[in-house]
Amino acid sequence: MGILLFYLTAFVAVIAAFFVTKCRNPVNSALCLVTNFLCLAVLYVMLEAPFMAAIQIMVYAGAIMVLIIFVIMLLNLGTSVKGNYVHGLAGGGVLAVLMLFLTNRFVANGQATGTGGEITSEVIKSVGHTELIGRAMFTDFLLPFEIASILLLVAIIGAVVLSKRKI
Amino acid sequence: MYSNLWLIPFFPLVGSIINGLLGKKIKNEKVIGGLATLMMFCSFLVACQNFFRLMGDSVKTHQVVIGSWMSVGNLQIDWGFLLDPLSAVMIMIVTGVGTLIHLYSIGYMHGEVGFYRFFSYLNLFACAMLMLVLGNNALVMFIGWEGVGLCSYLLIGYYFEKKSAGDAAKKAFVVNRVGDFGFLCGLFTLFWALGSKGVWTVNFVEITENAHLLQTGGLLVTVVTLCFFLGACGKSAQIPLYTWLPDAMEGPTPVSALIHAATMVTAGVYMIGRMNILFAMAPTTMMTVAIVGAATAFFAATIGLAQNDIKRVLAYSTVSQLGYMFLAMGVGAFSAGIFHLMTHAFFKACLFLGSGSVIHGMHHAYHHAHLHDDPQDMRNMGGLRKKMPITFITFLVSTIAISGIPLFSGFFSKDEILWWSFGSNRGHWLLWIIGAVAAGMTAFYMFRLVFMTFFGEQKTDARAKDHIPESPLTITIPLMILGLLAVIGGYIGIPAILGGSNRFEHWLEPVFGEALEMHHIAAHGAHATEYALMGISVAIAIIGIFVAWTMYIKNPELPAKFTAKFAGAYRLIFNKWFIDELYDFLFVNPCKRIGTFLWRGFDVKVVDGVVNGVAWVTKGIGAGLRYTQSGYLHNYAVAMVVGVVVIVGYYVFG
Amino acid sequence: MISVHHYLLLSAILFSIGTLGVLTRRNAIVIFMCIEVMLNSVNLTFIALSKHVGNMDGQVFVFFVMTVAAAEAAVGLALMIAFFKNKESIDVDDFNMLKW
Repeated sequence: MGILLFYLTAFVAVIAAFFVTKCRNPVNSALCLVTNFLCLAVLYVMLEAPFMAAIQIMVYAGAIMVLIIFVIMLLNLGTSVKGNYVHGLAGGGVLAVLMLFLTNRFVANGQATGTGGEITSEVIKSVGHTELIGRAMFTDFLLPFEIASILLLVAIIGAVVLSKRKI
Repeated sequence: MYSNLWLIPFFPLVGSIINGLLGKKIKNEKVIGGLATLMMFCSFLVACQNFFRLMGDSVKTHQVVIGSWMSVGNLQIDWGFLLDPLSAVMIMIVTGVGTLIHLYSIGYMHGEVGFYRFFSYLNLFACAMLMLVLGNNALVMFIGWEGVGLCSYLLIGYYFEKKSAGDAAKKAFVVNRVGDFGFLCGLFTLFWALGSKGVWTVNFVEITENAHLLQTGGLLVTVVTLCFFLGACGKSAQIPLYTWLPDAMEGPTPVSALIHAATMVTAGVYMIGRMNILFAMAPTTMMTVAIVGAATAFFAATIGLAQNDIKRVLAYSTVSQLGYMFLAMGVGAFSAGIFHLMTHAFFKACLFLGSGSVIHGMHHAYHHAHLHDDPQDMRNMGGLRKKMPITFITFLVSTIAISGIPLFSGFFSKDEILWWSFGSNRGHWLLWIIGAVAAGMTAFYMFRLVFMTFFGEQKTDARAKDHIPESPLTITIPLMILGLLAVIGGYIGIPAILGGSNRFEHWLEPVFGEALEMHHIAAHGAHATEYALMGISVAIAIIGIFVAWTMYIKNPELPAKFTAKFAGAYRLIFNKWFIDELYDFLFVNPCKRIGTFLWRGFDVKVVDGVVNGVAWVTKGIGAGLRYTQSGYLHNYAVAMVVGVVVIVGYYVFG
Repeated sequence: MISVHHYLLLSAILFSIGTLGVLTRRNAIVIFMCIEVMLNSVNLTFIALSKHVGNMDGQVFVFFVMTVAAAEAAVGLALMIAFFKNKESIDVDDFNMLKW
């Protein structure tokens, strides 16, 4: 059952990703991307990370995608698609295939070691995934968390400055 | 007790700094000149105080250390001053004559553009010279040594808008560098030689105390002293490095008087005196010094016979007299050499200042008549004794002094030197003959100068004739004082044979006595011989004067006949034996050719080639690499992905 | 049973597809979206390995990746608007001023 669901989701994710690259119209690409994100959220749930799945849908499929769609609409790109929308297809394809081959060899050659940490399925069930993330984030990763907040602040300011007509 | 010694060089330094920095703003010549003269006078007073204190002191050598300069391992070098009879004499000469010349300069330099600059340099020179004579170690002395060289350069090139002045300054500097090279080589060798015996020092007192560690007459001490002698040759204008001094007359006349007659050029003599113990240990060097000195005295005197420029005659006379001093040093007559240094400072300063006074007057007259004749050419003078009586009298007195006529100062010192060169066990009768002949020539050309300038018909252009004034008081007062000193300066050193006690020699005994005694240097001979020699040298001088009188007063047409008869010889000495041309041929032109070769061949082709080649290669690489910076996003993305592929591939397959 | 290898292979496939898009597309916004695909494939790797290892750190990293992605989206889209204002285009081939 589980493996069937995995293959199905994986298949949809790969197809969606492929259409992101293929569609001529950026709006279609964006919709495919949303599909891809949703598939990944499903996979996150299967990996016992429900909080990450929720964030995936809210932040990515929600906020970021809305932003992208918004920009596409704002610039009115949907209707102004050029005839030649790709270039270097052969080179890019060769490189991408090469990378796929290499990564596959990489994964196939190696063995994932280091199992048996303290966060088991039982712990996640009894304590709750959100609380575990929260603990990790606000104890061990407090400083990176704060830095991330500063990063976002900088990004906001940068975005505002860049979009202003006159500085 | 002698702790105010440092004030002596300090006062002129202060004057130099004030005039150098603020002189342009002060503008008032009286303030600038007054300040400089006052500073010199202050240091003269301090020098007097120390001199008389030393006179009454039983200990004759005092070192005053005012601070540490550097301390390296065993070597400790201080800012130290040394007061002993020798340096006491020197500071008296430098500050005394220096003060008079400063005073003189106020009148002489009146109205010059760089008035403040002149006095700043002059004060700086006095400071450096006093450092030179007061330093208690060779490095402090070397500061002064280089300092006087620098000031000499600056002052010779004072009229730097004139090319000849600039060239003369450069010549003086470069020739002096050759001497400085010798000085440094000698110093380093001495330092190493004493250091290898366990005494690392450059202090003069310690050098004197430890000189016995070196082998008397050995190779080492000979090399050291020869190197020092080369240094002395450069500074004191001896063969072969004398050529800069006559050219140095391009500077203002007070400069010639102070630097190129009375003080700086005697630095070499002083240095040999300071190192007397080492020189006494090296008979070969002493012989070289004596021969070079005698040769210079003779050689320069021959050139002096035929010069027409009033200052050039005096310049060659200076070279010749310096030769006498070196002759004295070479035959072991150290105190006689220093004595002659002192008397020479008096009468030669007076002569130069007198010639300056004459030039000043001539210049004034020509200026008045809007003429551009050479105010220094003696052929345009004559009969000036009535126009400028004070100048004439002082000049005449000094000329008599330099000619060695009895009862004047030059007689005592010169005769002492001649006697030692004959009677000393380091001397030789040939040296005496050369010295005596040179003395005769000295008398001849000096009186030729006097006769051409002050006697006979006035040959000045008629329009300027009646406008030659006597110089102002600031000029004549120093002349009178120096003239007086030129007469009486010799009486402190009357030799025993003439009934005196030679107090001067006695005074310097603490410095020179040890060396003379240890190496048994003395002048021996019967009194009759001494009297005879004295008589002969006086007779030669009088003959010289008489010949001059015959040729330039009695039969003024005689010189022309004479030169026509001995045209070859005359041309030779008139052109200074073509020594400058010879040096140009031997040293200057080869250097220029090497320089040109290095410029054309090495610098342009090799150095520039390398530099341009590097630039060209860089440019080529850049031109190639710029194609990678296309600005297209995809090119960068491809580069990144290729990089990832390569690295991952390395992990997978590597 | 679904092993971690399955997730890693899926992630590799998604990453390669994202690379393909970045290398071939000319539209800046699509390139941007392809980069999001690549980021998400990496996120998947992180979470899969986090599960496999039994450790929370990987998931925290995903959180930070999302933060960076959000910041990137804000700045990147602002840049695109600025580009568009200048050139009336967001074709990346039009933006080749960054050269000597």
